[in-house]
Amino acid sequence: MQPWPWYVAGPLIGLFVPALLLVGNRMFGISGNLRHVCAAALPTRAAFFQYDWRRVGGWNMAFAVGILLGGVLVGLTMPDGAQIALSPAARESIGALGVRDFGGLVPREFFNWSSLLTMRGVVMLVGGGVLVGFGTAYAGGCTSGHAIAGLADFQLPSLVAVIGFFAGGLFATWVLLPLLLRGGL
Amino acid sequence: MVGSSAGVHERSPVSPTGQGVTTFAATDGTEASEAGAELRTGRGAGLVVYLMFGTLFGIVLMKAQVVSWFRIQEMFRFQSFHMFGVIGTAVVTAAAALQLIRRTGLRAANGQPITIPPKEMGRGTRYWLGGTLFGLGWALVGACPGPLLALLGSGKGVFGVVIVGAVAGTWLYGALRPRLPH
Repeated sequence: MQPWPWYVAGPLIGLFVPALLLVGNRMFGISGNLRHVCAAALPTRAAFFQYDWRRVGGWNMAFAVGILLGGVLVGLTMPDGAQIALSPAARESIGALGVRDFGGLVPREFFNWSSLLTMRGVVMLVGGGVLVGFGTAYAGGCTSGHAIAGLADFQLPSLVAVIGFFAGGLFATWVLLPLLLRGGL
Repeated sequence: MVGSSAGVHERSPVSPTGQGVTTFAATDGTEASEAGAELRTGRGAGLVVYLMFGTLFGIVLMKAQVVSWFRIQEMFRFQSFHMFGVIGTAVVTAAAALQLIRRTGLRAANGQPITIPPKEMGRGTRYWLGGTLFGLGWALVGACPGPLLALLGSGKGVFGVVIVGAVAGTWLYGALRPRLPH
């Protein structure tokens, strides 16, 4: 499967920043929804969650539901098990981690229900998820809010956050994942 | 730190008339300005509009394959330009558009002036430390929050578990927040 080329997809993604500002003076970002869900649905007395989530986050939650719908629409039209056209180097490196099945968007060997019965699966899926939620709340944004909207607005804190994103990602890629996947956990 | 002030700002009253744009005057601290940014109100577009924008965004994420664990690995191994090209041109496009909005003084559809409150650096701990923790998770699950939703939608139900984990992580942050360095 060839992706939409970067010079098409990137500008399209970037246009969501001005579009949301022009439509409703909203700043592009996704991870705030995790906070809104906590404020809306989870028991908590933490000050962090005491705000009017409907008014502050209603638009953002609608945007999030839309992303899910977008996934449904593309998922329906995607051939099952088609392989992503990775670079040969990436294919070799990922193969060296023990991945054999290159079909689909994500390695099915890790991202399936029975994987949750393994240490490896719990660390990747649950541990990774908790880190995503904790880290974005702590940093006040994710790839969209900091790496795209924040950098586009020349916000120094966003640059620091993005350097952190990459430091963490590089460490997980070069140290944690090889330990996890080749260590036979 | 601004920990205790955030709750106050978050609960501060905002004009129900929709003229409350400028109520995010609180720029005395990280969390305060962030809360202020979120507090902007006024009649914006209806939720359906945001739903449609989200749908388009989800389609682009899927079609560009930035939802793929394989692609994220490829990026962190510097084995393809694809992801860097996507993120890089997204930033450049958004930056150019923001400059255009500033120079032309364009307003939002409801007449509000478009304003982006600056993020407060403070000591910066939250940015590098929170960012690094997120980065670890990003590479492990191979997806950031937007792609997680798109993947779940595309029928990969197990990503529901990842999302529940992410909500739990945010909840945990909220609980620990008063004791964390920012």
